[in-house]
Amino acid sequence: MEYNGAAIIAMKGKNCVAIAADRRFGVQAQTVGTNFQKIFEMGPRLFIGLPGLATDVQTVFGPYFVEPVIAGLDPKTFEPFVASMDLIGCPMVPDDFVVSGTCSEQMYGMCESLWEPDLEPDDLFETISQALLNAVDRDAVSGWGAVVYVMISLKFLTKKKTRYKRH
Amino acid sequence: MAIAGEDFSVIASDTRLSQGFSIHSRDLPKTYKLSNSTVLGACGFHGDVLTLTKVINARLKIYENEHHKKMSTTAIAAMLSTMLYYRRFFPYYVYNIVAGLDDEGKGCVFSFDPVGSYERESYRAGGSASSMLQPLLDNQIGFKNQQGVERLPLSKDKVVNLVKDVFISASERDIYTGDGIIINIITKDGVQEERFPLRRD
Amino acid sequence: MAATLAAEPITGGFSFENCRRNASLEKMGIKPPTAYKTGTTIAGVVFKDGVVLGADTRATEDTVVADKNCSKIHYIAPNIYCCGAGTAADTEMTTNMISSQIELHRLNTGRTPRVCTANRLLKQFLFRYHGYISAALVLGGVDTTGSYLYSIHPHGSTDKLPYVTMGSGSLAAMAVFEDGFKAEMEKEKAMKLVRDAIAAGIFNDLGSGSNVDLCIITKDKVEYLRPYDEANLKGVRQGNYRYKKGTTAVLKKEVVKSMFEVVKTQVKTTKPESMDTT
Repeated sequence: MEYNGAAIIAMKGKNCVAIAADRRFGVQAQTVGTNFQKIFEMGPRLFIGLPGLATDVQTVFGPYFVEPVIAGLDPKTFEPFVASMDLIGCPMVPDDFVVSGTCSEQMYGMCESLWEPDLEPDDLFETISQALLNAVDRDAVSGWGAVVYVMISLKFLTKKKTRYKRH
Repeated sequence: MAIAGEDFSVIASDTRLSQGFSIHSRDLPKTYKLSNSTVLGACGFHGDVLTLTKVINARLKIYENEHHKKMSTTAIAAMLSTMLYYRRFFPYYVYNIVAGLDDEGKGCVFSFDPVGSYERESYRAGGSASSMLQPLLDNQIGFKNQQGVERLPLSKDKVVNLVKDVFISASERDIYTGDGIIINIITKDGVQEERFPLRRD
Repeated sequence: MAATLAAEPITGGFSFENCRRNASLEKMGIKPPTAYKTGTTIAGVVFKDGVVLGADTRATEDTVVADKNCSKIHYIAPNIYCCGAGTAADTEMTTNMISSQIELHRLNTGRTPRVCTANRLLKQFLFRYHGYISAALVLGGVDTTGSYLYSIHPHGSTDKLPYVTMGSGSLAAMAVFEDGFKAEMEKEKAMKLVRDAIAAGIFNDLGSGSNVDLCIITKDKVEYLRPYDEANLKGVRQGNYRYKKGTTAVLKKEVVKSMFEVVKTQVKTTKPESMDTT
């Protein structure tokens, strides 16, 4: 986990769900890339975030060094869903948010203060972004901007994809 | 943790003392009033905290008798630094934060490492939950990562509320934080103490 | 290539594929990630008409609370439940596996499963792995021969007792049991005793926390109460931390309409028309 560094959060909102990850790819203290993909689209309205050993992130599955984060909307009811797992696959499905990565303590601190139930998509975007950005700023091995996906289920079925970088 | 304001500063700690998976005390504040304008926050190995505060208080008395005046917050911070560095190779296992008012009456916060490196800051979190508290302080007091917001100086009430909120959050996720908090508000009129309960599990 | 990479083992048992790789990664100074543990207080008592099982709901990762409301009372069979302490994944998977074996056994024999059967399956499974599967369990249930309560240790040793506790808060909980346990208790008394025992663990052991879950198994009924008691409420926030829209700097924004998924297909038959033979 500390070898490459990563930070991923998923949060529930009102009829929407968001997942965010940082963009850094590093080998211990050295930054190698700043646009590394850590969130993967597994299907319509279903994303999976994989923080951990980069080689395993790109290989995925099995008893590898990753701690996955899952976010999506139920294909039938469009209920928001977030979940996370430890490296041996113990699932955790909470009502609010999940975090995973090298700065999980920082992310827990942020989310626990910022998150509130029934956030609208725009508010959810601000909340998850601020939670992630301020958390990675206190972690040496994650950062370099972030990518956020907000999945919305209104009457129209759209998915908003937003990307931003630290200024 | 401590926050410095315009003409005040606030320092707070939870009141749980624990070792391993068990709780020793539910009512043990880790803040120590040093004078009417200075409060010390110290955590880490509790035996060292007790010795260190005892020695500091003795040094403050000596200073007062020699100079016929109270030691200022900045001077206390400088003294603490030398006291810690004196034990450079066998240090006290203590993390310190000093909060108070400086010579001009402005709020100030000094944070230390165990061997005496120190820095004046406007806010700082220390202890087991520091990594949970610090990013929120960066965001809410330092206005980090926010564009187009007005950087208004924080009022005393707002700071006290923020302190309560970050401790509520920390007690949710850090097993060593809980039971209650003690908030010391330092103004030119002296030190005012406020207590606030936290979850006890 | 992709198929071989993502292939799941067809045979039973664990994969040791990454054993040497992970050992050499560790030599390079890469720390393996930590698994969730349930620091945990779990307990159970036998009372007049059945068994009461209890558990706290905190899962920890080192000193951080990973899950504030996890479920530690696992289903084995309609008349048997099992509390788990230790590594969260181990307790979850072990109880799941034994549950499926018990269900197959039930289908084979056509009888209500007995608690001693579940106990033997669990202890033999755990013994096989020499304690490397860190699951400490409290197994309870009611079958045709009576009410039973077992404690099962990670190495595979078991005890059959009228009241048991396990996990990091077991001492605190056992203190309450030793003080208050009586044989042949009424249901309400037994529930109160288990609640108090779990609460003792929640408040006095840092590895345990949040709520109390209870499961009461009697001859003809199972009550799974989750949560039975919210021992701790989250503090009320003083301030408001909503951001104004546009607070976060955005580099690029894209809106994508997601594809529709086929959720349901339906085949309808239309009225058959007779052939035109005119």
